[in-house]
Amino acid sequence: MSARSIRGKVAIAGVGESTYYKHGQSPDAEFVLALQAIVRAAEDAGINPQDIDGFASYSNDRSDPSRIGAALGIPDLRFSNMQFGGGGGGVAAAVANGAAAVANGYADCVVVFRALAQGQFRRFGQGAPDPTVSGDAAYMAPYGVMSPAQKYGMRATRFMHDYGVSNDVLGAIAMTSYKHAQNNPRAVMYGRPLDKESYDNSRWIVEPVNRLFDCCQENDGAAALILVSAERAKDLKQKPVYLLAAAQGSDHRCGAPVMNATNFPSSSFATVAPRLYETAGVTADDIDVLQSYENFTTGVMMAIVEHGFCAPEECNEFFTVENLAAPNGRMPLNTSGGNLAECYMHGLGLQLEAVRQLRGQSCNQVEGAKLAMNIAGPMVTPVSSLIMGTEETLQ
Amino acid sequence: MSGSYLPAGMPAPVPSPDGLDVPYWEGTRRNELMVQKCGGCGGWQWGPEWMCHRCNSFDMQWQKVEGKGLIYSWERPWHPVHPALKPMGPYTVVLVELPSCDNIRMIGNLLGAADQEVIIGAAVEAVFEPHDDADTPFTLVQWQLAGA
Repeated sequence: MSARSIRGKVAIAGVGESTYYKHGQSPDAEFVLALQAIVRAAEDAGINPQDIDGFASYSNDRSDPSRIGAALGIPDLRFSNMQFGGGGGGVAAAVANGAAAVANGYADCVVVFRALAQGQFRRFGQGAPDPTVSGDAAYMAPYGVMSPAQKYGMRATRFMHDYGVSNDVLGAIAMTSYKHAQNNPRAVMYGRPLDKESYDNSRWIVEPVNRLFDCCQENDGAAALILVSAERAKDLKQKPVYLLAAAQGSDHRCGAPVMNATNFPSSSFATVAPRLYETAGVTADDIDVLQSYENFTTGVMMAIVEHGFCAPEECNEFFTVENLAAPNGRMPLNTSGGNLAECYMHGLGLQLEAVRQLRGQSCNQVEGAKLAMNIAGPMVTPVSSLIMGTEETLQ
Repeated sequence: MSGSYLPAGMPAPVPSPDGLDVPYWEGTRRNELMVQKCGGCGGWQWGPEWMCHRCNSFDMQWQKVEGKGLIYSWERPWHPVHPALKPMGPYTVVLVELPSCDNIRMIGNLLGAADQEVIIGAAVEAVFEPHDDADTPFTLVQWQLAGA
């Protein structure tokens, strides 16, 4: 375990979200959704929203902390942080950045937030409308490689070829998320279960790796969580959940243009995951519940492999609904329904779910869960992941 | 424009505003495949960058190479995400590695039937696809099975 560590210094004291909508269905503006999530997270923590003094987000969130601070009437804005990188790779990193600010005294109460109304701005699943393209896009868009499903399909095709992975693996990940969403009234797919026949018959988005149900939703919503020092969290309303470790980055030339990453059939966690475990002082075997960002089920699969939960050659046996479903599966996964079936809250909803698991408040509770892992935005760069724990895991 | 693999109206490539990849796009207009080779250590590099990732030399040069490669990975988009693709069915994209150039990878469409079986490791060769009628004419590098 590293001596320079965030372990146990910062706690997540509050979580909150807006109502989750299909894209285009929110009656409220994106900025209003952001405020709703932040106010609810403060309420959950039992603090006044005007006590918030810092903000951390990712993926170029449009809700500027200075505007939020002005709207909330924050008297002393002390920390405003944006994690580089698109996609959801920055979710865990944003939590880590906020926690670093709290641990080092830059701020006392940092909210990590993400507001995303794809119905009010550009949908992620559509190509950009530009008539000309340059840079990396010039080598992809003219050939019909424009959406994330198309940009990341190549990685998965090669991974599944190399290790003989069946598409049933991907179906199991999708069906698990939908199964969990049936117990989650917040979920957009609440009341809409998914069986194997429907999965197998769903249309290809990108053959041979992404069927419709392998792809995340496009939604309108916002989520937020509140970070305070471990000492302060003890006096607040909820049972504190502690950050044990976080890591971000990517391996050799992961961002090389035109799909020239050295370790291409990968979710980008080859060097990040070992650093995470080293800092936390735990192994994959110790984790009780896993939230792993679904842009695509292929990313979930590769990220879980790279975090050491199963060897690449073992995917066909490991990834079954029985193994992944709460409460008794071998490794309960995405217990809120996640980006696939709860809401594509750009992964922040999965962080909220990890907190709820460790408080004992999940709609798919894993009995006695003490350690939760969150994996963010597989296949992009930089990616990030973190481990949270209950108070007893700090002993 | 006729004879292109994808319909007219797709986004048109233009060189980077900072000039980085002008030699590549000019080369395609001459039906030549130009890629980067380091003047410092001799290593091949792709995609274009101002610096060699091996020796950090700024002396990146452009060299004509033979358009011969192997299919490294592939995908077949069915869901159209651009208006120009709406009337079209599925199309095939390949990621091709060039064994003669340190296995650098290039992206293109695999010419031929949309439902053809794609085999990772199959030998392919570059085909130049001119778009002479575009506002700024350009040429794409496509791929077909070797000997097809």
